[in-house]
Amino acid sequence: MSMARDRVKILIVIVVLAAVALVVPHATSFIILLATRALAFSILVMSLDLLLGFTGLASLGQAAYLGVGAYLTAILAARYQVGLGYDFWLVVALGMFGAAALAALFGLLATRATGVYFLMITLALGQCVWGLAYRWNSLTGGDNGINLQHRPKFGIDLANPVTFFYVVFGFFAVSLLVLYTIMRSPFGRSLVGIREREPRMKILGYNTWLHKYLAFIIAGAFGGLSGVLWAHTAGIVSPENVVLTTSVDALLMAVLGGAGTLVGGVIGAGVVLFIREYLSTLVHWWQYVLGGVYVLVILYLPGGLMSIPERIRQWRTAPTKSVAGENLAATPH
Amino acid sequence: MTLPCRERGRARSRAKISRDTLSIQSLLTWAKLQAKASRGKGTEAVDTRFWLIQAFNGISYGALLFLVGSGLSLIFGVMRIVNLSHGSYFLLGGYVALSVIWTTGSWLLAIPVAAVTVALIGLVMERVFLRPLGFDPLRQVLLTVGFAFLFQQAALDIWTGNPFDINPPAALTQTIVVGGLHLPLYRIFMIGVALFIGLTLWLVMEKTRLGATIRATVDDAEMARGVGIDTSYISMLIFALGAFLAALGGVIGGAFLGVYPGLDFEMLPIAFAVVIIGGMGSLGGAAIGALIVGLADNFGKALLPEVSYFTLYAPMALILAVKPTGLFGRE
Repeated sequence: MSMARDRVKILIVIVVLAAVALVVPHATSFIILLATRALAFSILVMSLDLLLGFTGLASLGQAAYLGVGAYLTAILAARYQVGLGYDFWLVVALGMFGAAALAALFGLLATRATGVYFLMITLALGQCVWGLAYRWNSLTGGDNGINLQHRPKFGIDLANPVTFFYVVFGFFAVSLLVLYTIMRSPFGRSLVGIREREPRMKILGYNTWLHKYLAFIIAGAFGGLSGVLWAHTAGIVSPENVVLTTSVDALLMAVLGGAGTLVGGVIGAGVVLFIREYLSTLVHWWQYVLGGVYVLVILYLPGGLMSIPERIRQWRTAPTKSVAGENLAATPH
Repeated sequence: MTLPCRERGRARSRAKISRDTLSIQSLLTWAKLQAKASRGKGTEAVDTRFWLIQAFNGISYGALLFLVGSGLSLIFGVMRIVNLSHGSYFLLGGYVALSVIWTTGSWLLAIPVAAVTVALIGLVMERVFLRPLGFDPLRQVLLTVGFAFLFQQAALDIWTGNPFDINPPAALTQTIVVGGLHLPLYRIFMIGVALFIGLTLWLVMEKTRLGATIRATVDDAEMARGVGIDTSYISMLIFALGAFLAALGGVIGGAFLGVYPGLDFEMLPIAFAVVIIGGMGSLGGAAIGALIVGLADNFGKALLPEVSYFTLYAPMALILAVKPTGLFGRE
């Protein structure tokens, strides 16, 4: 039953993604840019979902890994002309590796904490990276950031918006596939076990710390990939990319789409970027819409937008009072 | 991401920083000139002077941070809520004060009006939106962010995106000379306010029945409920008090930080650094945390400008990893 339903879900995702890949290139250049941004950023959101939705760790510093990937790309391209040809793939690998290395370092501190403390320690670590990006002028260009003049060119020219869209789409699809595979593996299943009840997993003999640590590093690596793509998408890398609000954005997008669903991330990213970049050109009160959407979803739709079909089905099949999801989590001390 | 209001905030903060560095640079050049002038006498007097002024600036900044941090700390201690709209309270306090000053011209009146208004906003937010969520940290955190965005837009609509300064009465803008050092009276006033608030809070917390029930709720909310303490009422009270203190900080800090879009999310992580270093739910911890962050921020910017924020947040992360309850947190 659930296998069949899973198959249907996978099929729907594939069909929708294929539709996006086919339709978007025929839209206006603005829509293409918007879709490219949403896809690049949603890799970060998915990496966060690995921690939030599957492991139960809400990180407020995920932008740090996007920052590592983006700054690495920008510094290599602007100063050393590296990563503008076939060596783009080298930069992709370096960005992922660099972000994973930072995550390996930060993870040593962060994975000791849980719940609200994890939230705050990741906030502090994220602010460390922001502080360096903001003030270390000689390396990062300070508040002005670093401009990227050219996109890579190797056989194909990424300066072409449609080509670039397909490249980012490809990276997104592969990331989704890899993350999905990880989640379906025994490793991913144990992560969910940790989210549900960590002490029990410990008693069963799982090294829960190592699981969380590895999840943290994997999330970091994909954050780095998102950063490499974001740098070329935006054409500029500045402290704005690593500031607290960017981390908060990623977290909200993950929850908005639906934590623990992976593809929810791209929906969340799409909705938020649409409101922020498209609606903001039409009306000046767009931020009320954004804030309102957040507040309403959190209050009335804890499962995010992805849970709407489920909600409708519940509402149609069982009008009886469902057991309210009372949270029995103990107060952390 | 292109964000009109953030852009403006950034432009403003850029101006702010250049002003900061300017004052530091002028201080340094002044110190060097003095050193040249008094080469015969040695540079020690100048060095101590530089250190004293920096320490004084750090302490007075710490006084402001105490106002913001103590509220955040109490809210976390009592409710276990990570309140990400605390920076917004700070900013709203400054804005409401500006409106009061524009209409009545009274700076003295602006302080209580702004603080009480924002306290009411906090009270409504807690009662209507946070309370129904029950204990669910993640949703609470996200909800406070949602509100931070709403407040940001509301502030932009009501008070435009222009940066403002709150001008205190002329009597407070003078400088006084203590031991050969020129000290701005306003910064001394800030220290005074923080001391007054800190003492009042301490007396209430330690000497009154209400204070005892608050402390009991911080230590163990479940037990407190068990012995008949209305923890829901305490939560409401503390949330409003936290908003009150943040807004007070916003008014008082408005004179030297300014009031501008983006200040909310600039203040928020600094307030968290105060709370985390000091320990959540502890008043004394908030005071010491504020002092440490105030001094670290000032000396960091003066001595190691390139890594100044790093030197602020890295200790915060380390402390959290080693002792999550903070240096002086209640276990």
